[in-house]
Amino acid sequence: MQNFFVKLLFVTTLFIGNGAFAQDHESEPTDKKTEVKAYIQHHLKDSHDFNLFSSTDESGEVQHYGFPLPVILWDGGLKVFSSSKFHHGETLAEVDGNTYKLYHSKIYRTDEEGTINYDEEQHPANPKPLDFSITKSVVMIFITGLLMLWLFSSLAKSYAKNGLIAKGAGRFFEPIVLYIRDDIARSNIGETKYKKYMPYLLTIFFFIFFLNIFGLTPLGVNVTGNIAVTVALALITFLLTNFTGTKDYWKHLFDPLGNTMPWYAKIPLYIILVPIELLGLIIKPFSLLIRLYANMQAGHIVLMSLIGLMFIFKSWLGSSLSFGLAFAISLIEILVALLQAYIFTMLSALYFGFASETHDHADGHEGEIQHL
Amino acid sequence: MEKLINEFSVGLFFWQTVLFIILLLLLRKFAWKPILDAVNDREAGIKNALVAAEEAKKEMQNVTADSEKLLKEARTEREAMLKEAREIKDKMIADSKEQAKIEGDKMIKHAQSAIESEKKAAVADIKNQVAELSIAIAEKVLKEELSNKKEQLKLVENLLGDVKLN
Repeated sequence: MQNFFVKLLFVTTLFIGNGAFAQDHESEPTDKKTEVKAYIQHHLKDSHDFNLFSSTDESGEVQHYGFPLPVILWDGGLKVFSSSKFHHGETLAEVDGNTYKLYHSKIYRTDEEGTINYDEEQHPANPKPLDFSITKSVVMIFITGLLMLWLFSSLAKSYAKNGLIAKGAGRFFEPIVLYIRDDIARSNIGETKYKKYMPYLLTIFFFIFFLNIFGLTPLGVNVTGNIAVTVALALITFLLTNFTGTKDYWKHLFDPLGNTMPWYAKIPLYIILVPIELLGLIIKPFSLLIRLYANMQAGHIVLMSLIGLMFIFKSWLGSSLSFGLAFAISLIEILVALLQAYIFTMLSALYFGFASETHDHADGHEGEIQHL
Repeated sequence: MEKLINEFSVGLFFWQTVLFIILLLLLRKFAWKPILDAVNDREAGIKNALVAAEEAKKEMQNVTADSEKLLKEARTEREAMLKEAREIKDKMIADSKEQAKIEGDKMIKHAQSAIESEKKAAVADIKNQVAELSIAIAEKVLKEELSNKKEQLKLVENLLGDVKLN
């Protein structure tokens, strides 16, 4: 409860501050609705500085509270500078004779005046240098990694100290570890092969779960709702699946019907079947990455919109109603945070299970049904 | 789809991949392996303990059965011993009775023979005394009888008559 109010307070300050920010730099939105929309759009994107909150002082000057992060660009050579050079997008950064502009959370190379040229579809046509900056999301990934390392290595140590009994926070996480082992890995991959996938499944579950939960804190980082992150995660699942695939798995892929019919009967069927199987290979991780991305993105949009409604209604009835709704959605989002981590892990385990299956082709058809 | 591709940040993808793989390797070494090993050890320990408990229970049952058997044996042995003792006692009593009887008989016999010999001795003694007495009496009688001649002749005649009869 308390956490929620703290969060609300933070988000409220964020809103006021960024409303002013939007007024300064976006195309002068006049009503609150556009402000809220702009703020949400800004929040969903990654950012080059860690902004905790901003406020407008009496003279109308926007004050940002937070810290700048390093910008790393590859633009005909490595260019490293602090994101404070952009002044939250207010100024251009001049590095080694090149001028860069932060525009909608992306860095473009511009001329000295910082003009952005648009193409026919109103997208900026300026050249984009390769951006390896340590962004807010990268910082959060790093923090989550450190947290996990500390948490689980201390759990591991506590076993040695306490005679194989977990102590402290480990008591909360140990049942989850056991659940992943028994009900996700063992039941989907099988008793003989689950062990080699365990580190990955455990890491991915807690990584997604922690980042989802961080997304609900006042820090308000949307890491797992970022397509680049989910692509990276799903890609590892995809690579692991196919690199650990057994002979049966590949045989099943290119010869799904097995010895059930003569080869000349298979040819016309396989013209359709094999491409479908190969497509399935790509669709599986693709569904993983889109599911996680869309769920987290949608959760953030809904939650922030409801909080935004409070400021749009400005009446005690409407505002308290949307407050109640936002509260309810927050609770659901906590559930979704856990659920999405579970689904990602569960489906990864399921794909690993397919890849590591070894069966004689007598029961090949049951496998076929499972694949669909 | 175009929006998604537009949103895709190569930099973030790069950092995510690198950091995640480093995290995975570090966690595998320092966390997951020891944790899973510890949990497996614990489970194996519990399993072993259960098996051991089951074995101990069985052993306990065996011990109880053994002790019961021993108790039973001891009881039968005791009974046998008691029986034997009783028999011995009876036999001893019977033996001693017999012995006593034999001894008694012997003593009685001995006494009887002693009595007999005493009796014989006594009788002999009495006989002697009677003989002496009768001689003395006879002496006295003879002394009186022989004092008169006629009587003496009569006696000689009587004695001679007796000798003829013999």
